[in-house]
Amino acid sequence: MSADALRIALVGNPNCGKTALFNLLTGGRQKVANYAGVTIERKEGRFTAPSGRVLQILDLPGAYSFDAVSPDEQITRDVLEGNYPGEAPPDLIVCVADATNLRLHLRFLLEVRRLGRPVVLALNMMDAARRRGIAIDVAELSRRLGLPVVETVAVKRGGARALVERVDGELPLPAPAQADDAASRADLHSQVRELLAATVSMPRATSKLDDALDRWALHPVFGLAILAGVMFLVFQAVYAAGKPMSDLIGDGFGWLGGHVAALMPAGPLQSLVVDGIFGGLGTVLGFLPVILVLFFFILMLEESGYLPRAAFMLDRLMLSVGLTGRSFIPLLSSFACAIPGIMGTRSIQDPRDRLATILVAPLMTCSARLPVYALLIAAFIPAHRVFDLFNLQGLVLFALYLAGILGAMAVAWVMKHLHRDRSEHALLMELPAYRLPKLRDVAIGLYERGAIFLKRLTGVILALTVLMWFLSTFPGAPAGATLPAIDYSFAGYIGRGLAHVFGPIGFNWQMSLALIPAFAARETAVAALATVYMVGGDVAGGGLAHALASQISLPSALSLLVWFAYAPQCMSTLAIIKRETASWRNVAISFGYMFVMAYVASLLTYQIASALT
Amino acid sequence: MTGSTVRLSDLPKGALAVVDRVDDAHADDPIAQRLRDLGFVDGEAVRVAAVAPMGGDPLLIQIGYTRFALRRAEAARVSVRSEAVA
Repeated sequence: MSADALRIALVGNPNCGKTALFNLLTGGRQKVANYAGVTIERKEGRFTAPSGRVLQILDLPGAYSFDAVSPDEQITRDVLEGNYPGEAPPDLIVCVADATNLRLHLRFLLEVRRLGRPVVLALNMMDAARRRGIAIDVAELSRRLGLPVVETVAVKRGGARALVERVDGELPLPAPAQADDAASRADLHSQVRELLAATVSMPRATSKLDDALDRWALHPVFGLAILAGVMFLVFQAVYAAGKPMSDLIGDGFGWLGGHVAALMPAGPLQSLVVDGIFGGLGTVLGFLPVILVLFFFILMLEESGYLPRAAFMLDRLMLSVGLTGRSFIPLLSSFACAIPGIMGTRSIQDPRDRLATILVAPLMTCSARLPVYALLIAAFIPAHRVFDLFNLQGLVLFALYLAGILGAMAVAWVMKHLHRDRSEHALLMELPAYRLPKLRDVAIGLYERGAIFLKRLTGVILALTVLMWFLSTFPGAPAGATLPAIDYSFAGYIGRGLAHVFGPIGFNWQMSLALIPAFAARETAVAALATVYMVGGDVAGGGLAHALASQISLPSALSLLVWFAYAPQCMSTLAIIKRETASWRNVAISFGYMFVMAYVASLLTYQIASALT
Repeated sequence: MTGSTVRLSDLPKGALAVVDRVDDAHADDPIAQRLRDLGFVDGEAVRVAAVAPMGGDPLLIQIGYTRFALRRAEAARVSVRSEAVA
């Protein structure tokens, strides 16, 4: 038993299941999905082997080759070669290979072997390989490679037992180190061919089912129709399934607030609890089901392997506006939140493509904006049926998401023409095999998102809500006041000051005021409106949506919706742009263009809607 | 082996061929090097599995057990022999 932990690095081609294996070994909950480039940073975890030895596991981004072309591949190469700042090279390298896709994965193994360090090969997805009738002579493969080979099934409990036993034993002897040059690299493919011929028998190169699915999913006409249908369905479902649950939670909190109010003596404290906590936070919490429904669909799409197909079909369109098919997945993650989206751009090789994607990612409607949309839509858009089939509210929601997407395309197009860069950017994207989403991974994903939401709710949103309540309540009205008390409060003064700026786009002072906390967290706009109107005594029986409908005109509401479709991103997004691009200039550009865009779009919306009504 | 070669980008959908070589589009072409790393080397069988809607770009190329999306400009670097080779 050694005091020092054995340091083990997991490496391999993208999407071979390194992170799934990492989670299985360490009990971690790192994100897994079915496309290349999910893991973009080194992640660390540890566990204790049966012998009592502590094993420290390092999960690294996937790489096709040591000739790194993107920032995430570079991390993997640096760690393995011992060039990563502050990190010694690993004691043992576990090279993970997808047993159904050995040709490419074995080539990377041969590259790793040349480092001259102890290596174990983990043949992952052995269950899928067996299902497809692929037979691998593991003993012969191990003999020819001169290193231990174990079989794993990372998605099954106990699927890594053989690997644990192996890494817990004696360290395997390393192969002699070899120099890396173009000639020897070209030779690797013929070595792989020999290995495969001698050890693997495969009935057919691809899965019959995948080929059949792709014939439809990638069909020039049906493929696009399926993609449009899938996207449309998601937004309809968010409304159909999420909304009733949200209403239930909202009503529950209203009822609870009423009972608590009856128990407490009237005064500032009662106002804080009823107006601030129950009114403000309760309203935001009500949107949790809506967000979870959206995430359920995003996770299903990620797990199934459909996303890279969508990227394939949309590449031409993305290219024409100056993005790349590779931008598709980071941009889609931005519908959850721009922060993981912007971090996900690390798998984009070209720096210019990457910057363009970072700058437009916040235009994708993040889930924090969903409560704002949902509240305003419920208050102002009637729940008509269109063609007896679609919910009008769902259609408006879809239109707002579409507005963000079209805005992003326009911005990317302008950037492309400002740059006048004619150099070539590669796509070179692998399409993974389809996979049935694993219930456990989807459940973990939903749990993680729900936990993040609740943490924000009890942290930053709670703090801001209390602050908003304070600003709206103090100072009280002077003696002999003729106007409502809230007009004399700090909030009243600040809001009226801001209304000078936002008046032309139709925002009253309450709406202008709500923009400030929204800059810290979007959802807080809802809580702030709830608090301000409740303190002002404008919320009676019908709830916040009802109060809004009576206080705000339709053109103003539409203008606010459009504002949030384009409005400058929250502070955390600006911070992540600074971190990822290491440039304040990009932060300023990002904030500036979105502010101007939102203002102009809202101005147009308000003026046109006012002229029509 | 020295039969006529065509560019991978010129093959129709569903066509089978064998890779001959990858040419650098310019000196030190990183895209060509990556294609070689991804297995586009002499003797490897390829198939044009699908073409994208809207102008038929990019292409989906099946090589070995893997499917790669390549833009036409990338696929143009790959020369293939279209005769049947066992």
